Amino acid sequence: MSDWRKDVEPLTLKGQIAIPYTWHVGDVGSRFLAALRDEKKILGSRCPECGKVFVPARKNCGACFVDISEWVELKPEGVIEAYTIVHYSHPIQPVKPPFAYALIKLDGADVGFLHLIKKDLDKLKNGLRVKAEFSGERTGKILDIDSFELV
Amino acid sequence: MGRKVAVVGTGQTYHRSHRPDVTSREMIREAVTSALADADLKIKDIDAVVIGNMDHFESINYVDTYSIEGSGAFMKPIMKVSTGGTTGATVAIAAYYHAASGLFDRVLAVGFEKNSESDTTGAIITCSDPIWDRFSYSGAIPSLATEATAYMEQYGATQEDAALVGERDRNHALNNPYAHLQRPLTVKDIMASPMLAYPIKLGDICPRSDGACAMILAADGIAQKTASRPAWFKAVSVRHTYTWFGDSTDYNKGLVSMQQASQEAYARAGIRSPVDELDVAELYLPYTWAGLKWIEDLGLCGRGEAARFVGDKNTHMGGKLPINPSGGVISTNCIGATAMLRVAEAAIQVMGKGGKRQVPEAKNALATGFGGCFWTDVVILSSERP
Ligand SMILES: [Zn+2]
Repeated sequence: MSDWRKDVEPLTLKGQIAIPYTWHVGDVGSRFLAALRDEKKILGSRCPECGKVFVPARKNCGACFVDISEWVELKPEGVIEAYTIVHYSHPIQPVKPPFAYALIKLDGADVGFLHLIKKDLDKLKNGLRVKAEFSGERTGKILDIDSFELV
Repeated sequence: MGRKVAVVGTGQTYHRSHRPDVTSREMIREAVTSALADADLKIKDIDAVVIGNMDHFESINYVDTYSIEGSGAFMKPIMKVSTGGTTGATVAIAAYYHAASGLFDRVLAVGFEKNSESDTTGAIITCSDPIWDRFSYSGAIPSLATEATAYMEQYGATQEDAALVGERDRNHALNNPYAHLQRPLTVKDIMASPMLAYPIKLGDICPRSDGACAMILAADGIAQKTASRPAWFKAVSVRHTYTWFGDSTDYNKGLVSMQQASQEAYARAGIRSPVDELDVAELYLPYTWAGLKWIEDLGLCGRGEAARFVGDKNTHMGGKLPINPSGGVISTNCIGATAMLRVAEAAIQVMGKGGKRQVPEAKNALATGFGGCFWTDVVILSSERP
């Protein structure tokens, strides 16, 4: 009964689907992205209860579970909270390695802002100050900030 | 307060990099039949089934139904639960809720994954927020690497310190016939492996495996009649956070969800000093640095002390608190089953069925699950009925 297994060629089928999703950013997120695109401004929002400033701006505070209506303009500068330098390549990466992913605490914000650092990778350290460099062609996406650079 | 519940049987496949000889539902059946045999039960004895895997991994949406021939849930109540990396532990916890509720006496829990059938990085990135974080945090490695650099800068831990965690787990795997990677890996090998995202090298991270795990849970009164030494649930705890990588955890304070979940679980289990009262731990450590930083978050040693604690062999077999006798996630990673394997291996230890990987006289066992944006499941099992 088990003999047939020795002669079996295990076959494999290739999938055919690639699913082209589109995501609605919503009013709050759209205002944030439009400000990046049109005014090179980074907007946050402040929770009326705990006072935390979120960036990108959020419509409500998860911890307090209340609506947020106050907008705050943040300086395009802050400090590196944590980072990693990527050495491997993958098609879904935004740029070619090596580059750094960094969590940046923008001045006046209470949460980290996730972005890229492309230069001076050998000089990176937590606590160093960085500044946003806006990209020349902006279309309303998070990469309208090209990357952050050491100040 | 629900009914008391215990694990009365476990089963798992021999995990491999790929299983072209079976479909995932055929693979699931291997784990389920071995769990039934372990508990000496028949499928007709099972009142309800909970199953889970990673969303997007095999591109099968309705795995609760798809898996029926394998899970044995034909015309039975079955639910799919999926919570990313924690899935297997969450499935076990959901099965516990089923039995504790009083509605079902014997519940089957199943976790599985055929990582070989997907682009793991492509599938994993769907854990990141599509609008805000997905553009940058591609896959699991960068967020973990960021956590590791913060830990290194804060406490001065070295890459060799972390590599010892990998060496330990891969050595432990040699005692586990089910483990995927059964070749020793040394600190030197890990240090020489290619850098992926600083400080994570190829040798620091988990593999991709195909495999399945199943557990049978039974309520008080039935559990004692089914197993000679059931593994009782003493506590479970679940903590989820935001997906925003800039706000999901405090990279400089530690893994907040794991701190909170473990503290709650210890309190429920009446554990004051985990390192003294626990006998063994099966932890979801997807990369070596987790074996340092997260054992501090679990309160097994003080802040910044993990390198020394692990370096002194406290967590090796024969040490004060052996971690991952099974070889852990660094040796086997069939993601939807991975966190369930932690709970099942903890149960195996408590039930005294560990064979070569058995920790002598293990009474209290800790199991954890970890998921994507730094969330945590914790389970504490005991040979002592709570
Ligand atoms: Zn708030």
